[in-house]
Amino acid sequence: MYRKIAAVLIIVGFAAVPVAAKIFGQPHYLTLFGRILVYCICALSVNLLLGSAGLASFGHAMFLGIGAYAVGIPAYYGIESGFVQWPLGIGAAALAGLAVGAISVRLTGLYFIMITLAFGQLFYFVASGLTLYGGDDGMTIEARSSFGGYLNLGNQTALYYLILIIMVLCLVVLHRLSNSRLGMVIAGIRSNESRMQALGFPTYRYKLIAFVLSAMMCSISGLLLANLTDFVTAQYMTWQRSGEILVMPIIGGMASLFGPVVGATALLLFEEIFSQYTDHWAVILGPVLVLIVLYLPRGLWGLLPDAKKASL
Amino acid sequence: MTQFATQLLNGLQLGVALFLMSAGLTLVLGIMNFVNLAHGSFFMIAAYVAATTYKYTQSFILSGVAAVASAFAVGIAVETICLRKLYDRDHLAQVLATFGLTLFFNEAVRIIWGPAGIFAAVPPFLSGHLEIVPGLVYPTYRLVVLAVGAVTGIGLYGVIAKTRAGMIVRAGGSDPMMTAAMGINVRTLSAAVFGAGAALAGLAGFMAAPIVAVESGMGDPILILTLVVIVIGGIGSVRGAVLASLVVGVVDTLGRIYIPIAIGSALPRAVSDALSPALTSMLIYLIMTAILIFKPRGLLPASTG
Repeated sequence: MYRKIAAVLIIVGFAAVPVAAKIFGQPHYLTLFGRILVYCICALSVNLLLGSAGLASFGHAMFLGIGAYAVGIPAYYGIESGFVQWPLGIGAAALAGLAVGAISVRLTGLYFIMITLAFGQLFYFVASGLTLYGGDDGMTIEARSSFGGYLNLGNQTALYYLILIIMVLCLVVLHRLSNSRLGMVIAGIRSNESRMQALGFPTYRYKLIAFVLSAMMCSISGLLLANLTDFVTAQYMTWQRSGEILVMPIIGGMASLFGPVVGATALLLFEEIFSQYTDHWAVILGPVLVLIVLYLPRGLWGLLPDAKKASL
Repeated sequence: MTQFATQLLNGLQLGVALFLMSAGLTLVLGIMNFVNLAHGSFFMIAAYVAATTYKYTQSFILSGVAAVASAFAVGIAVETICLRKLYDRDHLAQVLATFGLTLFFNEAVRIIWGPAGIFAAVPPFLSGHLEIVPGLVYPTYRLVVLAVGAVTGIGLYGVIAKTRAGMIVRAGGSDPMMTAAMGINVRTLSAAVFGAGAALAGLAGFMAAPIVAVESGMGDPILILTLVVIVIGGIGSVRGAVLASLVVGVVDTLGRIYIPIAIGSALPRAVSDALSPALTSMLIYLIMTAILIFKPRGLLPASTG
C-alpha cells in the first residue's frame, strides 16, 4: 500500500515539474527531469531482462544509441517525420536485439555480462566510425521528430509530457507483462531454468523474446533522448553508459516494477544536486553505492514496506 | 620486417601488462566467484604513486616499490573493509559496489593530484634506444618493461603451476567447494590472492606510467581489456590468462597497424578512413564473441588446467 501511494506521488511529482518550472522561472528543470524520465525508461528496459529473467546486460547503451541515431540520421537527410523515424528506430533495435540476443542468451552469469559488453563495444565503435554523422563529436539535430499536426515536440512542455506518458505506458506494459503467461514463464526461467525446460518450455525462445522486447523499449528512450537534447553522439553508446543504466535498477531495487524508476531518479538527482556544490561529487556517490549494496540489498525501493511480496 | 618486429614487441608488451592485470583478477573470480571492477583502480593508483615518488626521489627502484606497496595496501584495505562482505552476494551486487569504488578512486586521485593528469618521467639510464639486431632499434625502457613483465609472468606461472601454494590456489580456482572440504581456508586464500593480484596490477601500473598518460580513469580501459582476456582464457584459469593476454595484446597491436593498411589498399580512401578505426577497435571484441560462441567456457577452462 505504501509503495502504491509513493509510486503515485512520484509520478504526480513528475507531472508537476512543468508547473514548478514556470512558477520558479527555471525552464531548465524541464530538460533535467525530461532526461531523468528518459533514463527511467532505459532502466525499466534493462530491468525487463535483469529483474524478470535474471540477465544483466552490460551493453544496453547500444539500443539507446540506435534509437537516437534513428532520429539523427534521417533528420540529417531532411526526413523529420516521426512516423518514419520512430518505427525505424524501434524496428532497427528489434532486429539488432534479435541478432545480439540470439547469441547472448545462450550464455548466463558473467559470460552474459561480458558478451553483451562486447556487442555494446562493437556497436559503439561502428557509431564512432560514422564520422559523416559526427562520430564521437556528435551531430546537432536541426529539427525534432514531427508528427504532422498532431504533436509539436518543438514545445519543450509537450515533449516532456510525451516522455512522461511513455514512461507510464512502459510501467503499465511491464505490469501487464509480469502477470501474463510470457512473464510467468520468464520468471520461472529466472528461478530455475532446468525445471522450466523439463516442463517443456523452450526457455531459449522465451529469453530471446524478453531480450528483443527490452531492446525495443530501450530504443524508445533513445528516440526521446535525441529529441530532448537535439543532439546525437556515439558517446551515448559507451560502456560507461551501459554500466550506468545497469546500476540504476540495482540501486532502486530490481525485484520490483517501480524500483528502476526510483534508481534512475535518485542517481541523476544525486549527480545534479551534488555537482552544484562540488566538482568531486563522485567521491561521495561511490561510497554511497557501496553502502546501498551492503545495507540495502533490495535497493532504495525496498526500504518501503511491501504488503504483497513483489508487487509494484 | 623491422616494423613488424617492432609492432610484435609492442604487442607482447601489452600482452605482458594484461597478464599482470588478469592473473589476480581471474583467480579471485575463479576462487570466490567475485567480480572486481575496482582492479583498474589499483593500476591507476600505482601509476600515480610511481610518478610522484620518482619526481621527488629520482629513484626508479624506490618508485617501483612504493607503487606496488600502495596498490597492495589499497587492495587489502578494500578487501577487508567492504569486499569481504560481498563474497556471498550475487555478481550484480559485486559489480555495483566495485563500480562505486572505481568512481571513488577516480575522483579521489583527481582531488589529490589535480584534474589534468601528471607526467611520469622515464629514468635517464633507461631513456635511450637499443639496437636489438642490426636495423631493429627499440626503446630501452619498453624493452625493460617487457623483460620485467615476462620474468614476473614466468615466475608467477612457475609458482602457480609447480609449488604447493600454487596447487592450492589452482584448486581453489577450479573447485572452491571441494578445496574448502579438503581443509583449506578459502577465505584466507582469497584474501591473499586478492592482495597479490592488487600488487601485480600495481606493478603493471608502475611500468605503464611513463608509456601511457597518467590520469584519472586510466585504469578503466585496461580493466575492460583485462575482463576480455579473462573471458577468452576461461574464468579462473591461469594458463588461459597467459594465452589470452598474449593473443589480445599482439592481435590488438598488430591490428591497429595492419588493418588500416589492408583496408586502405583494398578500398577507396574515403571509405577506408571511416572504416578502419572502427574495425581495429572492434577486432578483439569480434574475437571474444567468436570464442564465446564456439567455446563458451573460454580457450583453456580452469577445470581442465
